[in-house]
Amino acid sequence: MPLHPLSPLASALLSLTAIAGLLCVFVMLGSRWLDKYLYAFAAESWAIAALAAVIAVSRNNDPELYLIAALTALFRGLALPYLIWRMIRRLAVTRELHEILRPASGLVIGAAAVVFALAVSYRLRDSLNLGGAVVILALTVMIAIQLIGFLMLAVRQEAVTQVIGLLVLENGILVGALILIPGMPLLIELMLLFDVLIAVACFGVLVRYLTIHIGTTSTLALKRLVG
Amino acid sequence: MIGALLLVLAIAPALVVIFCLLLRSPRGAAALNLAGAVAVFMAAVALILLAGGGSYRFWHDYILFDAPAAWVVLCAALVYLLSAIYAIGYMPQLGEDRRLPQFYALFAGFALAILVSPLMNNAALYWIAIEATTLVSTFLVAFERAAESLEAAWKYIIVVSAGISLALFGTVLFYWGGSFALGPSYNMTWDALLRAAPGMNPSLVMFAFLLVLVGYGTKVGLAPMHTWLPDAHSESPAPISAMLSGALLNAAMLGIVRFLKIADAAPTVGLPRTALVALGALSLLVAALFIVRQQSIKRLMAYSSVEHMGVIALGFGFGGVFGVAGALYHMLNHALNKSLMFFGAGNMMRSFGSKQIKDLRRVGAHFPVPAALWLAGAVAITGAPPFGLFLSELAVLRAGFERAFGWAAALMAVLLIVIFVGFLNHFRAMYWDEPADWAATARTPLAMSLWCVVPMALALLPLLVLGLWWPQAVWRFLADIAHSLKAAAP
Repeated sequence: MPLHPLSPLASALLSLTAIAGLLCVFVMLGSRWLDKYLYAFAAESWAIAALAAVIAVSRNNDPELYLIAALTALFRGLALPYLIWRMIRRLAVTRELHEILRPASGLVIGAAAVVFALAVSYRLRDSLNLGGAVVILALTVMIAIQLIGFLMLAVRQEAVTQVIGLLVLENGILVGALILIPGMPLLIELMLLFDVLIAVACFGVLVRYLTIHIGTTSTLALKRLVG
Repeated sequence: MIGALLLVLAIAPALVVIFCLLLRSPRGAAALNLAGAVAVFMAAVALILLAGGGSYRFWHDYILFDAPAAWVVLCAALVYLLSAIYAIGYMPQLGEDRRLPQFYALFAGFALAILVSPLMNNAALYWIAIEATTLVSTFLVAFERAAESLEAAWKYIIVVSAGISLALFGTVLFYWGGSFALGPSYNMTWDALLRAAPGMNPSLVMFAFLLVLVGYGTKVGLAPMHTWLPDAHSESPAPISAMLSGALLNAAMLGIVRFLKIADAAPTVGLPRTALVALGALSLLVAALFIVRQQSIKRLMAYSSVEHMGVIALGFGFGGVFGVAGALYHMLNHALNKSLMFFGAGNMMRSFGSKQIKDLRRVGAHFPVPAALWLAGAVAITGAPPFGLFLSELAVLRAGFERAFGWAAALMAVLLIVIFVGFLNHFRAMYWDEPADWAATARTPLAMSLWCVVPMALALLPLLVLGLWWPQAVWRFLADIAHSLKAAAP
């Protein structure tokens, strides 16, 4: 069970890093520049790495969790942002061109998503008879990041943004998984990182294909297949 | 022995991947792929005969070979074999000979990912395997490099990856729910989750199951998450369409079935079943609407896959011996029949040089033998006797009426009739309508390779046999699976 007693300091740090992760998603939601998305994603990954480190300390210096922290920082904090940064430079796209939803409206919907996530978490906590704010926090952050990730996938049309949106979805799961089930076998974590690397390789190829054949990386141009 | 045969399942395609990349000869790669497929098929048949419904665990409990997995592997191996034969005739027509070794390497890799995923005994590893199928098959969908193929590949990877992330979310919640009973660290096998299930909180299980259902449901192509399916199935080369439809969808369905068993064991009072039945019924509805007004031949087949996945979801949702056995039997029949249909569609598409139904006219006059096989397949896929799908759909319907899902079964019956009329109407037009534009059809269609016609016959024959005779041994095997899935229910 995740609800072993946490020291006040650990629980404060946990909350801080998880909230920082959530805030990064709002940075993406409120911006229309691709490099801002990238920095926010990298910052979020670092926050998750810090979160993993805090949990590692609070669980008697569990070496597996330290490894997870290191891998998250390395892959999601450095390698993936670097790959995406190269992709952005090669494509010479700097911002979203066609806005389906203005950033301001996006922020409002994002806030609504967080409130909804909070309501769901309270319901779950009450039915589980669990005390403690940490569970609420983990569930809220997890569900909210998922919802906002889907919102980004839906309303942003640059191919690169969609890749980042997918990575954000998985970041959300990572936050929740770290807090709720720190005893989860390392396997999942390793595979999560590994999997994301392959995904980005795929996207790299696909984005290049898109520019060769369609002349744009806007996914709004993808409307030949209907019905 | 069983362990050795399981190794064949994994090693044969892996060797094909390596040698295809080393050889760089298109014909050699095709032959190797066929050899790999034959080995896999023989291993799958031997496995199901040897295991006979037992469960076997290997490699520190990471690999589980039980009856449902054996069945899904058999379906996948069958489709792999048929597609490998078909690809020998079909792929050279694309004029991409230089890239064919790559294609076959990816093809075998795709088969490998599909074949191992049902064997995963760990919910997280199963998730990884399903995600791996997406990554490999994206490149296969994009193989033709036309703008449409790339669009389909992009939609495929984005929609499916996003959807399947929800399945991971649900898996994490299941593990969390289990940790209340089993402690913070345990091996996330299906059995462990099942043991923990009676103690799990119903609302948590319901939440987690819905996430898993939507997640793997995306991969299965249940409406309303089916949007990637018609694009990917229609734009990939025909052998890959058959693999996607006949093999991959079943492998993803198995995940839903395994989680359904766990959710059933928790005190959830049948809500998970209702959710599955609702999605299945919606899939049938959406498929019926799009089939009636479809204009592209391969998209017609793709929507038919949505329909049949809906039927299978309904079967598992209804439950009971008839529901589960019917759904499993339907998996096999659908795998055979949809391969036949995609092979036929690929042949006609290449010969007439168009994917549009309105451009395919007087098919029967031009190609008597393939056209007859294809027409028989069309009659079969709409669920008419004397083919296998009639029996399996009937079993599913019967289960629905028996088990308090009368409304869904009635809806299913009506929609199947709509689909029967709509689907065969397209075939009537293709076989007997006069071409609208005589000038365009003055040019005679291209001839077909024998390699492209033989697998159609190979698929139709067992379909006919399975329709006339549901072997007692098969029935018992499927009924045992049904009992094993039900045993956990309170």
